[in-house]
Amino acid sequence: MSAASTTPPSTPRSKSWTVKVREKGVEALPPERLLPDGQPTYVASWIYVFGVASIASLIVIIASGTILALKGPAWWHETSVGHFFNSIHMWSVELFFFVMVVHLWGKYWMASWRGGRGRVWVTGAITFLVAVPAALTGYVSQQNFDAQWISTQAKDAMNSVGVGAFFNLTNFGQMYSYHILLLPIAVVALVSVHVLLVRRNGVVPPFELEQRVALTSAGAPPEPNGSPQAPTGGGVPRAATGEQS
Amino acid sequence: MGFVDAMGAVFNLDHPAHTVDWNFIHLSVANVVVIGLMLIVFVLAILLPFPGAAARDAARRGGGAS
Amino acid sequence: MSLVGPKDRTKPWKGPYAPYDLVKELCIAVGVIALLAVLLTVLLSSPDDPPSTIAQWSHELPADFATTAAKELNGTSDTAEYGPPYNHSSGSVQHFIFLHPQRWLGVSHPIDTAEDYVVKPLETVPNDPVLQSALAEYKAAPETQKKEWSEAYAKPLEEYSEAVEEKKAPPATVSVDTTTGAVTVHTSGAGPVPTMMASLQSLAQSGGLEGGLVSSSAFFQTDYTKPLLFMADGGLLAERAEGQHLLGEQWGLMNETGSYPGQPWLWLYALWYQVEPMKESPNADIQVLLIMGLLSVAFISIPFIPVINRIPRWIPIYKLIWREHYREISGA
Repeated sequence: MSAASTTPPSTPRSKSWTVKVREKGVEALPPERLLPDGQPTYVASWIYVFGVASIASLIVIIASGTILALKGPAWWHETSVGHFFNSIHMWSVELFFFVMVVHLWGKYWMASWRGGRGRVWVTGAITFLVAVPAALTGYVSQQNFDAQWISTQAKDAMNSVGVGAFFNLTNFGQMYSYHILLLPIAVVALVSVHVLLVRRNGVVPPFELEQRVALTSAGAPPEPNGSPQAPTGGGVPRAATGEQS
Repeated sequence: MGFVDAMGAVFNLDHPAHTVDWNFIHLSVANVVVIGLMLIVFVLAILLPFPGAAARDAARRGGGAS
Repeated sequence: MSLVGPKDRTKPWKGPYAPYDLVKELCIAVGVIALLAVLLTVLLSSPDDPPSTIAQWSHELPADFATTAAKELNGTSDTAEYGPPYNHSSGSVQHFIFLHPQRWLGVSHPIDTAEDYVVKPLETVPNDPVLQSALAEYKAAPETQKKEWSEAYAKPLEEYSEAVEEKKAPPATVSVDTTTGAVTVHTSGAGPVPTMMASLQSLAQSGGLEGGLVSSSAFFQTDYTKPLLFMADGGLLAERAEGQHLLGEQWGLMNETGSYPGQPWLWLYALWYQVEPMKESPNADIQVLLIMGLLSVAFISIPFIPVINRIPRWIPIYKLIWREHYREISGA
């Protein structure tokens, strides 16, 4: 076998956008940080599973929604298999909001925005707020009595703030397009940024107790094991005198 | 366009909802159940022990090898 | 992020790590959620109340249909008097102090209720010389005459509707044939309008009106605004909604048909509609949406809001969450 390299030659670094994007990406999220195989020992509560449960619910929503989209919007009214998948879609939405709100409660009571993680909170909050119209567009796309009622009532709210002029709840074609394409893209994009920020910053450390000594570097693994560095905060651990945030 | 009933459901929820009424608050029983379950699940999530304590103890004692 | 402020002394974690398989966790989570969704489906299924149709409306509530159609013709229905985005009236135009976004965004989905709901659908009815003559007479008349005719027809119907609602004896000027659903208004001075309305009722009962309203401008259509607004101007949808606890005063926007869970996450949005001054205000929607808009911005900004961002420190639920960690430290 030839010893020739199989990778293409690099272009001059200073000019290449590709190199710049790649280097920025790898710097922010080296593989061990993107997919670490360890977590700090304080990650020791069931409250931590509600984030991944939210992602799991979103996956089930999209999977069941994809099947409904494959067969078209009338299918679920006409066959029991269609109704079955519609039911899965509806219950996975209920589960999604259920676990997402429990996740939100947990993150609030842990003040998970600390240590430079403000954007994690912001992207998570916006995800929730975008999920609400994603659900609304689904409700008005059902093509049943519920859709008739919700669209004719909620249109007054949309119209009152001028949004109704370009977002017409009684326009099935528009609402269906928002529901199966535009808003899922928005939710998935927001969740992706949110998760990448969590991977970059690491899971927020516990509050320091008053007059306690923070766990020092004794026993901490070397860098390749995937120990993320928070972007702010001092480098050398020192005795805590009580944290104020 | 035919409409398939809530076919095969073990429990038929296709009847007008009962409501929980208090002062000016009127919530459907189903919604109250969901909200109540959320609170219960939140409390349980915080209180129930999380598996892997042995591995975490080993990491604390032995230097965190993964 | 420096916006959190200089007091945030959260230090990067330098302590130990334990093995944690994120990919396996995600797979398990997807399995559990999928299983839960299937279980709920098998146990409870999901609601699917069939939609109301204009044909049903004209059969089940013929007087209500006729009254609504008459009001569309004489421009006094909710849609006719709505305002933007449907027309230039002002019956449902909301504002908040100097904010008039509904008016600013203008008429983007024009609806002429007399033309769209009465005249144009009737023009599609073939082989009816009596109707065609009545239509011709109506269209040739000046606006004031049209208004006089349509009001002469609508007034007895409105009186009939009020009497039925107040459970009083209905006036003799309106008779409803319970077999055929035909509504006859005994009035003079209504010109060709009674003939037009009788044909409209037949067209509605035959099912021809919904198709006509949807595809009035094009063969392919996905916009149901016209038939939906027409039905919402009448009482059928509201009657069904009340039975399903979907009305505003029933906190309906949180609810689903049947006994299924609805949208419990809308609790705060629903709550504002039940409190003064929003409860009785004609501008309730814009008021509530502005409040929710502000609260949404606050929700996003919790990390940066003083006091709010301190509460988790003051109410130490975190001591329960991280109790194993704190136990370790106190033992160290």
